[in-house]
This record gives sequence, structure tokens and C-alpha cells, in this order.
Amino acid sequence: MEKSSKEKEKKDKKAYLILADGTVYEGYSFGASGTSVGEVVFTTGMTGYQETLTDPSYYGQIVTQTFPLIGNYGLNDTDKESAKVWVKGYIVREACEEPSNFRSKYTIDEYLKSQNIIGLYGIDTRALTKKIREYGVMNGAITTEMPVDLDSFISELKNYVINDAVKSVSCKKAKRYNSEDSKYHIVLYDYGYKANILRSLMDRGCDVTVVPYNTSLAEIKTLSPDGIMLSNGPGDPTENIEPIAILKELMKLNIPVLGICLGHQLLALANGAKTEKLKYGHRGANQPVVDVNLDRIFVTSQNHGYAVIGDTIPEAVGFVSHFSANDKSCEGIEYSNGNAFTVQFHPEACGGPQDTQYLFDKFIAMMSEKK
Amino acid sequence: MPLRKDIKKILVIGSGPIIIGQAAEFDYAGTQMCRSLKDDGLEVVLVNSNPATIMTDKTMADKVYIEPLTIPVLKKIISEEKPDSILPTMGGQTALTLSMQLAKEGFLEEENVKLLGATPEIIDKAEDRQLFKDMLESIGEPVIPSKVVTNIVDALEFAEEIGYPIIVRPAYTLGGTGGGIAKNREELTIIGENGLRLSPITQILIEKCVSGWKEIEFEIIRDSKNNTITVCSMENVDPVGVHTGDSIVIAPAVTLSDKEYQMLRTASINIIQALGVEGGCNCQFALNPHSFEYAVIEVNPRVSRSSALASKATGYPIAKVSTKIAIGYTLDEILNSVTGKTYACFEPALDYVVVKFPKWPFDKFVYAKRELGTQMKATGEIMAIGTYFEQAMMKAVRCIELGLDTLNLPKLKNKKTKTILELLHNCDDERIFVVYAALKRGIDIDTIHDITKIDKWFISKLNNLVNLELELAHGELTEEKYKKAKKFGFLDTTIEKISGQKPPLKLYASYKMVDTCAAEFSAETPYFYSTYDDENEAAEFIEEHESGKKKIIVFGSGPIRIGQGIEFDYCSVHCVTALKEEGYEAIIVNNNPETVSTDFDISDRLYFEPLTPEDVESIIETEKPWGVVVQFGGQTAIKLTKFLKKKGMNILGTSADSIDEAEDRERFDKLLEKCAIPRPNGKMAFTTEEAVKEAKELGFPVLLRPSYVLGGQNMIIAYKESDVVEYMNIITSVELENPVLIDKYLMGTELEVDAVCDGEDFLIPGIMEHIERAGVHSGDSISVYPPQTISEDVRNSIIEYTGKLAKELKVLGLVNIQYVLYEGQVYVIEVNPRSSRTVPYISKVTNVPIVDLATKVMLGASLKELGYKSGVCEEGEYVAVKVPVFSFPKLHDADNHLGPEMKSTGEVLGIDKDFETALFKGLIGAGYELHKVGNCVLITVKDADKPEIVPLAQKFIDFGYKICATKGTGKYLMANGIPAIVINKDGGPSPNTTDLFDSGEVDFVVSTSKIGRKPAVQSVKMRRKAIERNIACLTSIDTANALANCLLMNKSIEDFKMVDIVKI
Repeated sequence: MEKSSKEKEKKDKKAYLILADGTVYEGYSFGASGTSVGEVVFTTGMTGYQETLTDPSYYGQIVTQTFPLIGNYGLNDTDKESAKVWVKGYIVREACEEPSNFRSKYTIDEYLKSQNIIGLYGIDTRALTKKIREYGVMNGAITTEMPVDLDSFISELKNYVINDAVKSVSCKKAKRYNSEDSKYHIVLYDYGYKANILRSLMDRGCDVTVVPYNTSLAEIKTLSPDGIMLSNGPGDPTENIEPIAILKELMKLNIPVLGICLGHQLLALANGAKTEKLKYGHRGANQPVVDVNLDRIFVTSQNHGYAVIGDTIPEAVGFVSHFSANDKSCEGIEYSNGNAFTVQFHPEACGGPQDTQYLFDKFIAMMSEKK
Repeated sequence: MPLRKDIKKILVIGSGPIIIGQAAEFDYAGTQMCRSLKDDGLEVVLVNSNPATIMTDKTMADKVYIEPLTIPVLKKIISEEKPDSILPTMGGQTALTLSMQLAKEGFLEEENVKLLGATPEIIDKAEDRQLFKDMLESIGEPVIPSKVVTNIVDALEFAEEIGYPIIVRPAYTLGGTGGGIAKNREELTIIGENGLRLSPITQILIEKCVSGWKEIEFEIIRDSKNNTITVCSMENVDPVGVHTGDSIVIAPAVTLSDKEYQMLRTASINIIQALGVEGGCNCQFALNPHSFEYAVIEVNPRVSRSSALASKATGYPIAKVSTKIAIGYTLDEILNSVTGKTYACFEPALDYVVVKFPKWPFDKFVYAKRELGTQMKATGEIMAIGTYFEQAMMKAVRCIELGLDTLNLPKLKNKKTKTILELLHNCDDERIFVVYAALKRGIDIDTIHDITKIDKWFISKLNNLVNLELELAHGELTEEKYKKAKKFGFLDTTIEKISGQKPPLKLYASYKMVDTCAAEFSAETPYFYSTYDDENEAAEFIEEHESGKKKIIVFGSGPIRIGQGIEFDYCSVHCVTALKEEGYEAIIVNNNPETVSTDFDISDRLYFEPLTPEDVESIIETEKPWGVVVQFGGQTAIKLTKFLKKKGMNILGTSADSIDEAEDRERFDKLLEKCAIPRPNGKMAFTTEEAVKEAKELGFPVLLRPSYVLGGQNMIIAYKESDVVEYMNIITSVELENPVLIDKYLMGTELEVDAVCDGEDFLIPGIMEHIERAGVHSGDSISVYPPQTISEDVRNSIIEYTGKLAKELKVLGLVNIQYVLYEGQVYVIEVNPRSSRTVPYISKVTNVPIVDLATKVMLGASLKELGYKSGVCEEGEYVAVKVPVFSFPKLHDADNHLGPEMKSTGEVLGIDKDFETALFKGLIGAGYELHKVGNCVLITVKDADKPEIVPLAQKFIDFGYKICATKGTGKYLMANGIPAIVINKDGGPSPNTTDLFDSGEVDFVVSTSKIGRKPAVQSVKMRRKAIERNIACLTSIDTANALANCLLMNKSIEDFKMVDIVKI
């Protein structure tokens, strides 16, 4: 009986999602209390919530899980994709209170509390997903205190923009990670990299120096890398004026380059292509992508709202090497000089399918040829 | 790659009769496949012995052969039809094994026939234990330590090496038949020997037992370009040790972190790519709950029960996509029919959870061993969809039709906590209810987990339901509590019962769409499940798709069980088709994931829901239908009648009152009196004393049964007072709502009709005659159309009575009437104003579209308008013999003696121009060997049957058999001039019946006994031993006679022509 009264106390703690279009969803609070504003997005991945929470690409965003039961297998200290939780808020249908897995250390509630992130559960997440799907990305706020003046709160919501996303998530200083079996040295531009990019490279015998997003090419040269990796990251790619400017000269170094997600978009922009905001972003672990070279389809993990417009890639620069099997949007570019290729999806997975890990092998092969 | 140019004509092999381990899922798969092939303009030749299927409809293929699924039959059909390809992966293990055999014999090569989807090499790699192990080891996938052995000595030796417990898996058997877990040397000796005997190649796998590990399954699809996707993951609530067909399953897997999930997903992809399967495939894994250690348990290189479940759970049509791949398409060329925008090359994302719950036949086989292990025992299953696990579980419990609305099993209620704790150790069909009872007694989650190894996640979810019950039971039923209970799947009636209070408000369910993509894209699937949210997508869908047509809900028949099988799905689907043709919107409510009716493109809208009044009420609230149909969904749908009537629904067809009149003993008696139709004398009783008194008055033998049942549940023939007492003691152990019916038992010829009536006229497509005399349930009898022995007078009486009854009962639509012919007089035994199990086969052989007509009649058409005269249809050129098929080998300790209680799980049909040939084909189709293998027949019968076995024994002797008999029977035979070798009964000194069976000399056993059922009874034990040794066991003299007559024909199946039913 003690338990159910404890439960009752918890249930009493209401929380709200207020959207910029005026919709209010009433649910219950978990994680931290207070108010948090962000862009509301959803992801359809059915596993990998800890990876999602700690993925820097979600910087500034309130993430909704379409799968209703979240936290089932708990959270631990190893499945993080970065040092902290980046989402501004977290929305689930049900937050599991009694997770079960041999590695589980924390409940989702405990984890968010420890990171001071606001969570909301108990709302119709499917209805919310449909709304976001039709509207595109929408600003919103999760709050445990219903604002007194809702109208002015909503008009303020509309003004929210994510600024300096990359700057906020990128490291401040370069750091080198040595692999046990070091065959290559790679510089990883940190636009908000996921830890599994690092792991995937290190597992393949690469020492990796992670550098801040605005590191100049001159500095890169002093590191004499065998390869350069452009990481994933948050936000609108076109806002990244400084990184784009740096990347314009990248090809001249004649060092193999692999770009992922934001890294893919930035290199395309630097080479004269254009990007657009997708009507329906791709967020989930079930996205089919066609690899043009292999004439194969792979299921990939994705998390992006912007995409490179395939036919804006100058012919001299490169060609679309991957495209989405669903909406045919550009998912990868191979550069004509043969030294660079980039993909929109996440070959490093975590969470999501590992079917495109072969791209890391391709990158290694490019470096091996150079050596 | 588009459609292959070298494919023009395909042979499709079905899975044959429904047996445990191979149920309706292959009708669903086969139907999707046939449609898909025809879409591509291919010529389809279909062979399946099961007449109750939709795939054997004349419109499904260009040529349809309802013939035995044996090698000689297939060879004959292939030689005549000359298909260029065979699709072997859609007809279960049956089709796969047959195809492989044809290929291995070199026959396919000779005939220039290709195997699509999987080659013999692929199939061998997946099914031959050693090749499978080698294949997995070559790609670095872990296997459980195991060894293939062909004798028991090697088995025992290897077991010592790896330690007990040991799992025994016989090679090439269906649903794990003959397998089991052995905890020690003695057990391994028994199970191992049994497995070796049952394996067609005398081969078993001895394997380290990893029971207690998590059991995880993946459904995978691969195309010829090596594109591979996983459709769905599934997690068994019951950990490794219980056959996945007997496990409660949740989809998607929930207790796996992304690391574990991706590890197993990648393993599945590696396996299917290494195998080279083109199409659907299923991988089962054991995962150590304490580490990342895992092992591959099994791979099915074909569409399976799990793929049917995965299809319904996700909306992804695995059978259809597999078919397209087999004929050349690749995943990126096949459109996702759900979204109409995306392609089949994607992985479904779910925003709900699905719970599968098995339906076991233990209510029929009260004395069968309920323990669950590696051998599947369930006859069917249901699926429930919910936004919460608790909700899905509560729905599942209602779907399964055990009379429960919560997880509280009444018989556990008064058990001591100590007893419950003990019961937790039993791994049987009631384990989940014992777990629930344990939680209610305050036994903690850890203890329950330690005993059952069920993951704590599931136990704590069940505990949430326990806590909610507690909350409801204490204090005021607030709005908040009520809403929470609704979200967790409680019915209003349940909430009221637990809380003792009226709910403060009435909430109806809202509906969400199953769209394969978790709402990422807009979808058009008319496939819904209920939950309690504000947004009602079904209502929105109805509004957006307003057609102006009248809406009619057709209630389906729920899980496949003995007595209510696939035939009702056939009827439901045909009703929907007819409704659509007539310009109505047809809506299906059903919860069986194995069936065609639950394919979302069959009806205008599909609701995957329990079939209880309250669940149905919410659907009605959303749909606001013009009418409802209960006639085609078996007793499950009929049971809704009273409620629907109260709700003021327009019940199409026979009225609720008439249904009651047919089922209520007193009213029915009056009706018969009025029509001057005789019936066996009958009485009613509520208590044992009453029953004994009435039985004595009627005179033994009498037939006892509860009213309102289907499939003869709990029905017996009592020969003496003690039989009545035993029966009444069992039946009165639960509260009796309706009286027990006691009828004078007339041992005559049973006759049966299905008729369509429009209120004025009636149409009997055909009269059926049973080979077994009354007393054997009609579903277990060999049924013959048209009748072979009845006189014109009898025929006329049947027609007359049927007409009278139909008219008096005001039947609108279908009625099934059973008669018995006794000493020249026709009596009515039963009238069922609904569809029956014989409808599909009679439709096929008479060419009368029975369900179609019944549906149109219900909508107001008259038979005259539809072009039919009143009365019986002219008999066709062909004779059709329906032969029942049983699943006794899977059900330990179940008595196979036929009686008034139905025991068969499926049926086959034999068709030919004469009765003898049709019967011959039917028996072959049902699995009987009609040629000599051994050299003797064992006869042991009860006294009453003795006079009849003399001519029977003579027939066997004429065929060249020696007769063996037990003492009494032998004496009788010899006294009547039949030479018989007398042997001792089971358990007696050598030579006894067991020795005889083990000698391999016995081809048939004819055994009847007065008392049976209980496993300890000697005759039951003896028959079980025969079954375990695959010896045909005949428990009705009539069946034995029919079979002996076929033997004396001295023919083989090659001597007969194969019949394409499209042409008849």
C-alpha cells in the first residue's frame, strides 16, 4: 500500500507540453522540474534511447519517442554517445520505473534528474508525432508550471531559435585518443561527434585527434593526419559560416576525408552545393538508403532535418553516391578527386543498425592506399 | 530486377490439414502468395489437401487440386501440368520437405522445374543439424554445444561430456515433435529413443540446455541483390525451454538494449545472407540474460507462424513480399502497400506493443499433460495490440476465450500461498496466471523470477496490474482511477466488479492505426486497435473516406481451437467479399494473427480486438454500423448475439430470438413438437441426482452435454450410472449457468446438411453422410457427399425436416442440421443457425457459393432472385470424402478414442468420381498408409463391438495381414473362426502389446474401450504407445471397416486421376 501512495504522489505531478501553435498536452512530469524550451522533434527508433539522449545532434531539441515504452532496459555508464545529455526535453508515452537488463544502473527518471533534464510522460505521443510530421519542426516547451499568461508564453516560444549549436557542443581543445594498434592518425572535426565514431575508428587501428569545429587547416597540417573525419552535429548547416569557410580549402590537402551527417552537409556547402530543410525529417533507425556504387539498399540510422539538394552538387565536384529509398533525397556524395566521401546517415549506428559499418572500412582502405 | 522471364507457371504447395504446429498461418501466407502471383499474370497451379482453406477456392488459382500432399501425387500433377517453377517456402514444413524430396530425387530436374526462394542446399543448411552447425561456425555465429547422433549410446555419451540438462531435437519433425528436455540418463534414454523413432532419418540432436535464457526472434527478408531487412523482433515472455509456439510473445523485444538488439539483428542478417534464402526467414536466438553471450537456436528458411505474427504485428505483408522476391523482384521495387509511398525495403517502426497468447486444447483434453516444453501443444493463438504492455495483456486474456477478464484464474483463488509457490515451478499453460496469483499473495518479484526465469520486466508489469486491482478495490472509484484502469485495459464490468462501484463516467475506446512507420508518414491502412486517447484515428478515417455506403460489421471467430477452426475464417472472409460486392462497407473484428480475415486488405476496415461485448461496443460507437453479422464467426460471434440485440443492433440474418430457440432445450423441444419432427428423447439436469434419475428413465446409453457449446466440449456417452456421476462431478465443479442436457443415445447413421434459407425457400447444396455412427462427434467423422447408403424416403425426410425447421425457426442465412437415422427413422440431433465446418468443402464440391448466398439472403435477396429453387441441389458427378486429422502425437496422455467430444484439429478431402476412390484419397491425405509395411493388425475391442470385428478381421486377413489380439478379443475371434495370435495387454508379461509395437510389425491397431480418457487406464496407455510409435490407431469399427475396404482395393494413389476442382 505504501507503494501505491508513493505512486499517487508522483502521478499528481503534472507537466505540460506547450507548442508554438497553441496546443497544450497535459501529462506527468519525470526527470527535472521547471521549464525548458526547444524545437520539438520525434524519433522512431525503438531501442537506443540512451544513445539518443546523449547524441549532440539533438542539441536545442525536445525529443519525442514514438515507441511508447521507454526506459525498459534502463541506462548505464557505457552506452553514452557523449559526456552528457543534450536534449532540451524528453517526451515519452511511458517512462519505465522498473527497468530490467544486466547492465541497467539508472532508471530514465533518475538519469534525467541527474542531468537536470525535463521529461514529460503520459501524453498521446502518436498524436504529437502526426502534428510535428505535418507542421515540420515546431517550437515548444515542457513545463511543470503552467504559465499564468499562456498567450505571451506562446508568442515568446515562436521566437526561439537554436543559436551557435555547433559551437555549443564542440570541444574547446584538441584531444588525442590512441588506439591499441595504431596504424593511422585521424583528425576528427568535432561538430558534436558521437562517441561511436571515435570507437569505430579506434577499433580499426586509428589514433584520433578530436579538434574543435573551427580549427584551421594550417593547424590540421601540423598534426599530419592520414585522414580527416567530419562529424555529425546539430542545427541548420548554413549557419556554420566559419567551418564552411575552413572546409573550402580542405580538398587541397589531398588527405582522405569521411563526413557524416552535418559533416556531410558542411563539405557539400563548402563545395558549392545547397541544402534544404526537409518537410519530413529523417529520424529513426529504419531508414533505407540506396548505395549507388553497390546497387544495394541498406537500413540506416538517421537524425536530420536538413539535406543536401542532390542536383546542386557541381558536376566537377562529385556525384550523389547514396539516396533515400523513400523520398529519394541525397544521402551521400562521392567527391571526384577520389579522396573524399560523405554520408548523411550514421554508419557508426548507436542506436540503430550496423549495416553500413563497411564505410569505415572503405575510409581505412583509402588511407591505406595513400600510405 | 523485375519479374523473371523464365517463370510463367508456378506450382504452389499448401501445408495440408491443420495440426498442432501448422495452423491457419499457411492459409494466410498461401492466399497472399496466390494473389500476388496472379497480380503478375502468372499461371498458378495449387495443391493442398485441406478443403477448409481460402487458398483452395476456385478463384485463387488457375488449377486447384485438393489432393493428398504426397510425393506420388505431386509427381503426377507436375507431369500433367508441367509448371516451370515451384514455390516451396509458403506451405510450412510440409511443402518445404516435399519440395526438397522432389528435388533430391532428381525429379524436378527431369521435369525442368525450378525451386524458387530456397534451394535444397539452402534448406539442408538450415534443417540438417550438422550442416546448420557447420554453416554457423563458418560465419562465426555461436551455437549451443550439440552433437548429432543416430543412436542412444552416442547420445548418452555426449550428454556426459557436456552435462545435463540436455535438449533432444529430432531432425525433420514438425513443431519439434518427439523432442524434449532430459534432466538425467533415464529421461534421456526415453526421450532420445522416442525422438530417434519419430525422425524420418533416425537422427536427433543432443544439445546443451540453455533454458532460462531470453528467447528472441527476428523475422528477416532478403532479396536476390542481397538487400536484407529485419521486419520485426519478438521476445518470448517464457524464456528458452518453452517452444516459441507455446510462449507468450511480445513484439518488439523490450528488455534488450540497443547493443544487444543490434548484435542479434546483425547476426540474423549474417545468417540469412550466408544461407542465401530469397524471401522471408526466421531466426531464433537464446540470449544469456547476464551477458552479451548468445547462441542461435533455430532458423526457418521459409514463411512461418512467427512471420504471420510479425506481419500482423507490423502491418508488413511478409508473405506477399516474399512471393514477389521469389519471382524476381527486389525490395526496392516492391511498394509498401501500407503507405503507398514508401518501399518494401525498410524496417517497420512500431508505436505500440503486441502480445501473442497461445490457445491450448487442454479444455478438451482434460487429462493430457499440460506441461510445456520443446514440443508445441497450442492449436492456435491470438494477438492483442496496446499502447501499454498491461493493456495488451488484458486484451489478450479476453481474446483467448477462457472466460477470463483479468489474469485471476478462479481455480487458484482458494489455493494456499505455499501451494502457489509450488505451482510456480510448473511450466504449463497456466504459469502466467500462477505468477499473477503469486504477485497477489505478495510473493516478491525476485522470488518469482528466480523460480520461473521470466524476465523481471514482465513480472513487474504484471505487478502493475495487481497494484491497480488493489487501488480499485480500495477507496472511492475516482475519475482518475477509472481512466487509469481503462488505459491498462480493464473493462467497465471488471472495474465495477473489483471496486464494487459504478464508474463515474463512461469512456469508449479510441482507435489508432497500424501503419508500419509509427506515424512518420501518413498511411492509408484501414487497420486499427483500441486504446484510450483523445484522438480517434478510426473515426477520422471513416469521415475522410465517407462513401455513403451502409456499414456492416462481421465478427470473426478468434483463435483456432478444436471445434472452431479455419473454416469460420473462410466463412467470414467470404461474407466480407459478398458484402463488398453488394455495395456495403464491410468491417471485420477479429484477433487471430494467423488468418486471412485479419489481413488489412480483405475488409474495408479491420479492428484487431477481443470479441467481448464491451470491446465490441466501442467499435460500434465509432463505426455506427447499419448492421452486424454473427453467423460466420462460430460460437465466438454467436455469443455476442444477446448483447447486440440489447444494444438495438440490426443483426442481419437469423434473429437473436431464433438462435435462442435453437439452443434452448425447452423451446427447441416445443418447436420440434410443432413441426412433428422426432428427436431422441431428452431431459435436462442441474445436479448429479437429477442427472442419474433422468438417465435411468431414458435408459442407457445416454449422451450428456452442457447446453451452448460448440465442438462437443465436455460431451460423453454414459453407459452406466457411474459414468453419469463421474461426468456430473467434473461439470458441476464450475458454476452451471445452463443445464446439462441428457439425451437417449441412438447409435445410428449420422447425416448432416448445411442449408441457406431466405425465410420462405431453402437450399440444401448437399446432404452429407457420416461413416462413423452417431456417438463420434461430427467433426471427427469421415463425412461423405453425396450420401451412399440412404434410401429415397430418408432423403426426402431430411429435405422435408430441413425445410420445416428453417421456416419455423425463421432462419435467414445459414443453418446446419444434424440428423441420425436409427432403425429406419430420421431424428434431429442438433440445429445450429449459423455457419459450420462443412460449409467450405461443400461449397467447393457442389459449386454452390454458400456463404455468398447466405450473405445476400441476409441482405434481403430471395433464393429465387439469386437463381435457386427451393430444396436440395442436384448431385454432382463427384464424390467428396472429408477425413479428420488429429494431433495426438503432440499431446501426451491425451486419449485418442473418438467419442462425442471433438478431438480432430483439421481435415483433408478426397475427391473422385466414385466413393471408394474418394475415400482412398481422403485416407491417404490424412496420412494413412494404404499398403502393407508390417505384417499384422492388432485388435482389442470392448464386448459390445466384438460381433462386428469378425468380418473386419477377415478383411485384414484377406489383405494378407495376421491378426493379433488381446485375450478376450482373441478368444472371441477364434471362436468365430478367425485365427488370432493372442498377446498380453500393455504392462503384462512378454509378448505384450508394447513388444509387438516395438517389433515394427503392426500396421494398424483397432482399439475400442468402454472407459477411457484417463491416462492411467490400460487401453489409453496402449493407444498412446501406438501413437508414439506412429502406428495408425482406429477407435471406431466404422473407420476401421472403411479403411479395410480401401486396402482391399489393392491400389496405390498413382492409379487414380488427379481432379482439378476448378473444372467441377
